[in-house]
Amino acid sequence: MRTFAFARADSVERAVERRQGEPASAFVAGGTTLLDLVKLDVMRPSRVIDINALPLKSVERLHDDRLRIGALVTNTDLAYHPDVLADHPLLSQAILAGASTQVRNMATTGGNLMQRTRCPYFRDPTAACNKREPGSGCDARDGFNRMHAVLGGSDQCVAVHPSDMCVALAAIGATLTLQGPNGEREIDVADFHRLPGATPHLEHDLDDELIVAVTLAPPLKPLGTAYVKRRDRAAYEFALASAGAMLSLDEDLIGEARLALGGVATKPWRCHEAEALLAGKRAEIAAFEAAADVALADAEPLSHNAFKIPLARQAIVRALRDAARVAREDNA
Amino acid sequence: MQETPEHPPEATVSVHLRLNGIPVTIEVSPNAILLDVLREQLGLTGTKKGCDHGQCGACTVHLDGRAINACLRLAVMCEGQAITTIEGLANEGLAAGDALHPVQQAFLDHDAFQCGYCSPGQIMSAVALLEDRRVAGDIGTVREAMSGNLCRCGAYQNILAAIQDARLRLHGQEGGDDA
Repeated sequence: MRTFAFARADSVERAVERRQGEPASAFVAGGTTLLDLVKLDVMRPSRVIDINALPLKSVERLHDDRLRIGALVTNTDLAYHPDVLADHPLLSQAILAGASTQVRNMATTGGNLMQRTRCPYFRDPTAACNKREPGSGCDARDGFNRMHAVLGGSDQCVAVHPSDMCVALAAIGATLTLQGPNGEREIDVADFHRLPGATPHLEHDLDDELIVAVTLAPPLKPLGTAYVKRRDRAAYEFALASAGAMLSLDEDLIGEARLALGGVATKPWRCHEAEALLAGKRAEIAAFEAAADVALADAEPLSHNAFKIPLARQAIVRALRDAARVAREDNA
Repeated sequence: MQETPEHPPEATVSVHLRLNGIPVTIEVSPNAILLDVLREQLGLTGTKKGCDHGQCGACTVHLDGRAINACLRLAVMCEGQAITTIEGLANEGLAAGDALHPVQQAFLDHDAFQCGYCSPGQIMSAVALLEDRRVAGDIGTVREAMSGNLCRCGAYQNILAAIQDARLRLHGQEGGDDA
């Protein structure tokens, strides 16, 4: 395995300072992405900065009732946190639908936001990949692209964003707090992950910054949520298509709906047009199918993944149907 | 924890652990992986190397009581932490003893293995699962919670039976079968 220098940071400011101007430095939290990819020689940090001693491990309820999640809260602790279960069951459901117990125990909230794609060409240093090596081409476009994106791709890259947690964050709405050399700033989670466009190697809106917290938008009330994930095996597998749905009901009319997709897009995929279509409609299958069609209207299949479009459609309809059922129970 | 000066790639770093109940100091490179240190440097070969990428669970150990993949952890990141390996589940120290944890006994009683290569990881995951009361005891939840441990022999049914039997022995309650 490639060698690197190692340092441990004892404050957020020092962690950021250590990385400043050293793009080959990498922060390590859980390490589940970083060390996997260092072993494959895909990530090649010259220096690894351990941030696990930083005080970013709590979930707090703010004065305005929103939940603020420290970047180092593990995926397991987040999924089982009583306030998350109470306010944002979608987040818990999505996290527990992903990875394994061991990985969830290691992986952190900030790390999950930073996780890299599972595209096999990205993970193979001998393959052409514009994300790993800008300008080298994309072996997935005309290769084995069954797992790849039908939304948000470009000529340069069709790699899927792999996170389940981020699908829930996209649906819920969240603000990331980033600490950089010039202080702190906030960014909407929707703006954090970039579309690949002509620069697939630039995945995040980050500038020498460290994610320190994720603050969730307030929940809808009454709330129904569902996370439906379709994959090749029932556990410990990445999504072929997933849908996270949240909605509130007034009698049987939809008040507000939120919908985000995973497994089909190059970034966590919020479906604003489908949400707008659902508002005020009766909560029934016809409305959910219409919303699914709108959500997938721009989907463009590659040579091996046309099946993802009907699969995603079914996941959306089921997620909305199940969320409506839960909202009805919450109303009752 | 004290902030340390940066260790260059060729440095040797002292790391203080509580390993299977006893304090241990190890000297490791910055890029040394916990799994390799346990097996090659400390002679604790009960923890197995399977995929080496966090996909098979053969390397599962407990880090401060939580099941983790030792193949995805830098040894230097474990400063001050408690690590339990299969050797230390029922015995203290760095040598395997004769005592068996109730989960180990349940694996024997239920013939929950064939070749045995995945068993240490399966058992470490099972013990952590049974100790984590946030995880429900029904078969469906247990299957998901154990999905990070692969068994190429396919001993899953007996592994599940062993876990649910050990649950009764440890907690005296039925897990339920609503898969």
